[in-house]
Amino acid sequence: MKTIIEVIDLRKVFGENTAVADASFTVKEGICFGLLGPNGAGKTTTMEIVEDIIAPSSGEILYKGQPRSASFREEIGIQFQHTSLLNFLTVAETLLSFHKLYQEPEDLQILIERCDLSPILKRRNDQLSGGQLQRLMLALALVNRPRLVFLDEPSTGLDPQSRRNLWDIVRQIKEEGKTIIMTTHSMEEAEYLCDEVAIMDMGSIIAWDTPTRLIQTHCQGNSILLPESAFKMKLATLPFTWKRRDKTIVLETAHIHEGLNKLLQLDIDLTDMAIHSSNLEDVFLCLTGKGLRD
Amino acid sequence: MPDRQRTEGLKATCLVLHRTCKDLIKRSVTPNNYEIFTMNFKRMWAMFTARNHEFFRDRAAFGWNFAFPFLIIVGFGLIFGGKEHQQFKVGLFTNTPQIQGTESTVPLVFQQGKYLQFIDFPSQAEGEQKLKHHKIDLLLDSQSTEHHYWINDSSPNGYITEQIFLASLVKNSEGLAKKQIVRGVQIRYIDWLFPGILGMNMMFSALWGVGYVVVRYRKNGALKRLKATPLSPLEYLSAQMLSRIFLIMFTIVVVWIGSNLIFHFQVHGSYGALALIFFLGGLSLCSMGLVLAARGTSEEFTSGILNFISWPMMFLSEVWFSLEGSPVWIQGIAKIFPLTHLLTGARKIMNDGASLADVQSECLVLIATTLICLTIAARLFSWNE
Repeated sequence: MKTIIEVIDLRKVFGENTAVADASFTVKEGICFGLLGPNGAGKTTTMEIVEDIIAPSSGEILYKGQPRSASFREEIGIQFQHTSLLNFLTVAETLLSFHKLYQEPEDLQILIERCDLSPILKRRNDQLSGGQLQRLMLALALVNRPRLVFLDEPSTGLDPQSRRNLWDIVRQIKEEGKTIIMTTHSMEEAEYLCDEVAIMDMGSIIAWDTPTRLIQTHCQGNSILLPESAFKMKLATLPFTWKRRDKTIVLETAHIHEGLNKLLQLDIDLTDMAIHSSNLEDVFLCLTGKGLRD
Repeated sequence: MPDRQRTEGLKATCLVLHRTCKDLIKRSVTPNNYEIFTMNFKRMWAMFTARNHEFFRDRAAFGWNFAFPFLIIVGFGLIFGGKEHQQFKVGLFTNTPQIQGTESTVPLVFQQGKYLQFIDFPSQAEGEQKLKHHKIDLLLDSQSTEHHYWINDSSPNGYITEQIFLASLVKNSEGLAKKQIVRGVQIRYIDWLFPGILGMNMMFSALWGVGYVVVRYRKNGALKRLKATPLSPLEYLSAQMLSRIFLIMFTIVVVWIGSNLIFHFQVHGSYGALALIFFLGGLSLCSMGLVLAARGTSEEFTSGILNFISWPMMFLSEVWFSLEGSPVWIQGIAKIFPLTHLLTGARKIMNDGASLADVQSECLVLIATTLICLTIAARLFSWNE
């Protein structure tokens, strides 16, 4: 698989604050690459430098092995986290305006159907709900049939139904062979959509791999959660690595079957048992000692 | 100045302008910023139509754009539209009780004098009070055989009115000087003022409608979204400028037709030449607005800068009054502003019947201002900083 984006020693300093500290990563063509991290980790700044929206303090960005040229903007589509459109224009007029800015734009009807814009075509931009605006922004990001799509926190502020719809669209885009680079602070979104994830914290990339390998590398595996009252013996004698979380005992085990067998042999009441599989949030917790939403 | 000399001078100016613009563009277009000056008319047209749609839908801004100049023109027309402009005010009172049949001692020549307005006061005290505050220029006891009068010695109008009054007391002044009358087409104040008000409206519309709006777009992120597209700064700025000039010209036509129904303006030159000078003036004012909007995200700061530029421009560009007789350095400063050249050209055409050839120097200055400002704006322009 070819590399489409190469980020080398990227650094961005705002006054005394270092927003991005020597970040390096590569993105292969046709995958969905996620930048995962809490708010303020430097995801959006990194993304906007790669998009050529802001200039880096130092470092290099290569697109298909070359510095980005004027044609870069013809080949990319961007959905920003914070942006605005002309208030008094309708959705149809906005689409048409952006459509005219590109040499080889997408068929508008296809775009309207894909992003479900038909019911709101005549509505003014300032009269759209959050979900409708996100759909329009996504349509604008796809208006030029981009090879590379940037999505900055695409599902922020959306209700669960709208989020699911958005994820479906993103998956369709990926199936067409387009490369997607997205930022998110939702581990669920990253796990669902991303083939590779770079975890960012305080401007640095602290881990980068596929979601599965990140979990395997940085977490024990699975956890079995039981109320403390279920244990009639001394906890110190348990054949598990364990920890107490309020009145719940968290037992860590690499394999659920083995763990359950051991518990059954110890004749422990499993009535209120819960099983938790490790996810990217646990990876972040393991790596930084804090949660993604802290 | 002989025609040949003038033509040579203009040729030299054109040559310098051509070289300056060529040099500016050459310096600006380096391999790193070649996209700044890219010009694709399809993209520019897309931005032009989008901006027009937005403006025409913003009913409040749209309506005010027509109402403002129209109200000012009507207001000034009503105030100064009288056939004779009575410039000097004379207060009259009497200390002696009014007896029927008693005649005024004010000379008849003075009573019938041009540009004098007479106001009666019930008492001397009340008249003096008005005189102190420059509300009247001269106070006269209308029954006094000794022709008692009062003036405020800090009032220039008072001095002139006094001279007119004293002259009216001299008998047989005819023959002391030789009078000759120059006859010509009368230019009413409203005919002189009208281009000024249109120009002022253009200035505010261009500076605020372009400068302020672009800063607002930058602040709310609309420009950032456009930066992600192949649109170049020159395309975007040209679209903004042309959209605004389209709206300005449209406004001028509507306001002109509406005002003309009331005031019946006299245009001694051609309407085509007048439209051209307004078009060039609008372009230069819009391009000035673009320079101010090239950077910055603070609407408050931009507002301050726009006020700092627009107010002196309004007063020094002869919108309301002529700078004839003012210090040379003030007249020099006035020449910096494109509005000065726009109004000079427009008044020459409208009031003096000048042809396009007669206002070519004004046209050249306006074209040069546009080219230089547009180049600077495109060079300095930032989508998001």
